[in-house]
Amino acid sequence: MTLSLAFNVPSATDQVWSVGQLNASVKRLFEKHAPNPLWVRGEMVQCKVWSSGHWYFTLRDKRSQVRCCLFGLNAARAGKPPADGTEVYVLGRPGLYEDKGDFQLIVSRVLPTASVGGQQQELERVKAALQQDGLFDAARKRPLPKYASIIALVTSRDGAALHDVATVTRKRWPCAQLLVISARVQGDGAVGELVQALRLVNRIPRLDLCILGRGGGAREDLAAFNSEAVCRTLAEVRVPTISAVGHEVDISLTDLVADVRAATPSAAAELAVADRQDVSRLLDDLSVRLASGLGGRTRLGFERLARAEDRLQAALQSAVRSQRSRADRLAAQLDALSPLRVLGRGYAVPLGTDGRVLKRRAEFTPGRSFQLQVVDGEVPARVEP
Amino acid sequence: MTRKDAANSATASVTEELARLEEIVRRLEAEDLELDSALALFEEGVARLRAARERLAAAELKVQAVLEEASGDLRYTKLDA
Repeated sequence: MTLSLAFNVPSATDQVWSVGQLNASVKRLFEKHAPNPLWVRGEMVQCKVWSSGHWYFTLRDKRSQVRCCLFGLNAARAGKPPADGTEVYVLGRPGLYEDKGDFQLIVSRVLPTASVGGQQQELERVKAALQQDGLFDAARKRPLPKYASIIALVTSRDGAALHDVATVTRKRWPCAQLLVISARVQGDGAVGELVQALRLVNRIPRLDLCILGRGGGAREDLAAFNSEAVCRTLAEVRVPTISAVGHEVDISLTDLVADVRAATPSAAAELAVADRQDVSRLLDDLSVRLASGLGGRTRLGFERLARAEDRLQAALQSAVRSQRSRADRLAAQLDALSPLRVLGRGYAVPLGTDGRVLKRRAEFTPGRSFQLQVVDGEVPARVEP
Repeated sequence: MTRKDAANSATASVTEELARLEEIVRRLEAEDLELDSALALFEEGVARLRAARERLAAAELKVQAVLEEASGDLRYTKLDA
């Protein structure tokens, strides 16, 4: 029975836990198995709002219940607690209140299911309408310009989006011009201001690109970016558009309507402008190609010149050759006509002392001396007296 | 395009500058150009390269707010961002 004995009393080798150790260990277990917040649906009851602003309430369904707390900062954003018994979604992280060993849900968001239901329904309606009108069609998507230089940014003037876009653009493509059309991006009036701002974009001359953006914010604040009016006005912007609503996971309808979706305003700026470094490298490359392009042209010119010279020379030579052969031919003809050739056949030419040819009988007076030209020389002769 | 035109076009956007440069290089590389035209293109290319480099080096991001005046005109005001 040593086994049961061992469990009846702690032995010297057993580790004895303190309560704090136990609770801390269980807390770590929760954290390990549910590292991300979860949406939980239930009925919200017994809500107590403390002077610190924290809410403590119970979330329950037919079978179970769990203690919840919503801390001040999140509670302030949530407004007033819903009426007792309201069905809600809560976004929370399971945890353990170590001091008391209480299992609880640390809640960051409380949404009455009815309101979400309404929002969801409206979202589906708008989405279907836009889809039907082809506003999400891939064929509508325009490519972004390669080197945008005038960029419109529709966003809140004091939000993070402006700062983020300006920072990235300044670093990558400082020759750009960033034109900010300010509009509220959440809350009452946001839809109207966004529509007005997007219309203004269409009046800016020589614009290359438009970014519709918003820094990170609460999910329910996306409403303006899901509005039908904003989506339809965005679709009418005459330059390529980027929607950057600042949520990695949630997609807004403007993301689907815009030509390109960016996860954040910074990412939008990266897509919007070229990188100065890349363009500088491109210029280097172009300058090399320019020089070698001209080099090629010049080489070709020289080659052509050389070819022309060769041709000229060949033409000249052939002209000389043809002249020469003509001369040869004439010489041969001359040769054929030469009296020497006649003499060669045995004829002789009588020449007077003055060198003239004696042709007529009368010229041969008796006793006259003359020369007889034969093929190989002259022979002195005299007419018989 | 003459050299003077190329210099004037420093006010054109870098986009146009780059597009024209790419065209010049392509023509020099591909077309059977007369030497005269090739030289003219080269000169223009060099002027544009210089202009583009200068623009890139000297540029400072301009951030402006665009507002609509009561008259309906657009007004640009400098913005610190």
